[in-house]
Amino acid sequence: MAAAKKTRNPKGAKVAKVAASAKRKAAAKTPAGKNLKQNVVIRAGAETRRTGAQRIAPDHSPRAKVVAVKAPRTLAAAASTRGDLQRRVEQFLYAQSELLDNKYWQDYINLFAADGVYWMPVTTDQTEWEGSPSIFAEDKLLMQVRMGRITHPNAWSQAPMWATNHLVSNVVIEKETAKEIVVRSRFHMMELRRDNLRHFGGTYRHTLVRKGDSFAIKLQRVDMFNSQATYDYVLQIWV
Amino acid sequence: MQSLSPSQMVEPDRVHRLAYTSQEIFDREVENIFEKIWVYCGHESQVKKPGDYHTLQIGRQPMVMVRGKDIKVRVLYNRCPHRGVELCGNTHGNTGSNFVCSYHAWSFHLDGKIESIPLMKGYDGTRMTRDNPDCSMKAAARVDSYRGFVFASLSPTGPSLLDFLGEAKIAFDDMCDRSPEGEVEVVPTCHRVMQHSNWKFFMENQLDSLHPSVTHQSTGVAAGRIEKQMQAGGTTPPLYYHYLSTFASSFEQWDSVQTINFPRGHGVLKAYMGLRPQDPDTKAYEKLMEKAYGKEKMEEYLSRSIHHVLVYPYLSVQSPLQQLRCLRPLGPNKTLSEIWHFRLKGAPEAIYRRSLWYYNLVNSPATMINADDLENWTKGQWGLESTGSDWVSFHRDFGRDTIENGVTYSNKGTSEAVMRSQFKAWSEYMGGAK
Repeated sequence: MAAAKKTRNPKGAKVAKVAASAKRKAAAKTPAGKNLKQNVVIRAGAETRRTGAQRIAPDHSPRAKVVAVKAPRTLAAAASTRGDLQRRVEQFLYAQSELLDNKYWQDYINLFAADGVYWMPVTTDQTEWEGSPSIFAEDKLLMQVRMGRITHPNAWSQAPMWATNHLVSNVVIEKETAKEIVVRSRFHMMELRRDNLRHFGGTYRHTLVRKGDSFAIKLQRVDMFNSQATYDYVLQIWV
Repeated sequence: MQSLSPSQMVEPDRVHRLAYTSQEIFDREVENIFEKIWVYCGHESQVKKPGDYHTLQIGRQPMVMVRGKDIKVRVLYNRCPHRGVELCGNTHGNTGSNFVCSYHAWSFHLDGKIESIPLMKGYDGTRMTRDNPDCSMKAAARVDSYRGFVFASLSPTGPSLLDFLGEAKIAFDDMCDRSPEGEVEVVPTCHRVMQHSNWKFFMENQLDSLHPSVTHQSTGVAAGRIEKQMQAGGTTPPLYYHYLSTFASSFEQWDSVQTINFPRGHGVLKAYMGLRPQDPDTKAYEKLMEKAYGKEKMEEYLSRSIHHVLVYPYLSVQSPLQQLRCLRPLGPNKTLSEIWHFRLKGAPEAIYRRSLWYYNLVNSPATMINADDLENWTKGQWGLESTGSDWVSFHRDFGRDTIENGVTYSNKGTSEAVMRSQFKAWSEYMGGAK
């Protein structure tokens, strides 16, 4: 906290520097490991000069500015209003895949209820999305961070060719109550990055709540069958 | 082109690109470094019961860490001495009361000694008898542990574990001291992520304070936006937004974060995130710590300025958040990273969960941070495979660091003292015995 304050005032910073160097000299007499007093806390936006992350303008990037485009109506989950529950749920899952593969991130996030959660646990025996190691454990706000990252022109790892292709099948309604529907399905996602193809597969378990004629996702649980295999590069976005 | 020796590759302010790309150099690193020095095998809590094992690689050697019936943890070569077949076929598990080879049913006690060979008579009169050590599983030359962290060396000679760790032992002290019981326990998840780059990229990157606001700009900015949005709405953003948004701090701020570079290439990046907020959870935790150690010790333990500690050349320990990343170099352009998390024994659940957010957001295979690091290292490796230029520059703040008693203090956070110090150690290792 102290350092953040110092940098606002150039005069103060000078004094602080002298003090730090005197401190360092004193500390040098003691073993190096002891010279570990907490003295710096940094914070984005804590100083007025706009450098570093703030200065690297998006036009440094080989990527064009990513403009948020709303998904066409034909892809939106509203397409799931006709037919019996099985058919409507299937249509909802297909629409979800289309949104992901077509990179309509905001529309995908909009599928979630206000308290909705996207969760990919490490193992199938995990029961709570918070409090155990997970590959993804994101509420809607964290999903906004992930979307913010991937759509930022300087998400460097997005510069190479990158796309996904999802298939969803084996759709089974596990439970249906007045409030909630639990749907289990299988997915297969292929991912292209540069010239490399990767495969991810597993089970989705959606806890859906009714929202008008359609549904909202309260929990999308993703148990990937290869979740504990070695990752050749990481996962940048929801599977 | 391959005529440069390792010592000719390292100059005080620059390094030849072949140090990162040559197969010949990599082979020599395996021989002179990884198959000699103390290599991290795992934590004792990974193998709680007799027969529990965990497999790992030291240099090119397949090894298995196993808990014996006598409670001792041993590190053995994971191969049958008969025909070389791997004995433990999984990354971890329990082997029961012995190891049994899947090929000819040779079996071994948990300490590696031969138990039985089918139709043993067939060996009568040969030199392969039960009392021949060649009949048993080979053990690592030396095994030792420090505060529950197990290391093995495949060389019978060389510095002791504590001598090897030197000042970097603070990694394990800092992690364990933060537990009211002075101990940690492994969280039984290991994320494994392949890096398509030389191991040195990771080690250098860990203490590189100039890259975060460039490489991680997108995540830092995105998290900062939500953080501000929450503050404007009157809620206090959880600490994990700060974990991410800090990456987007200015160059000047990053320049204020000092590195300390010890002999043997070890080093510390000092703290910058201010991980001691004064919320009720922290206060409850501090109370427990004070009860366990007294006020003065508690203050010492909780105010150490460490972001992470490097045990050169393969370990990055983020002690204040109880995470550890271990490299297993597989080739000049291929490095496996194993990513672990630990629980502070006796600390409140909230303190575990706070560090878990970092494990999930930064260190999981869906990391929003390493996604861009990995991209840099891959592209860096490609660049160094090119003859576009032979020398890698480490000139930043050259000659402007403070060196005292063999320890280099960077006076600027972004000083490339880190790389210079690591390569000094590297050329000592590569020059011969150390």
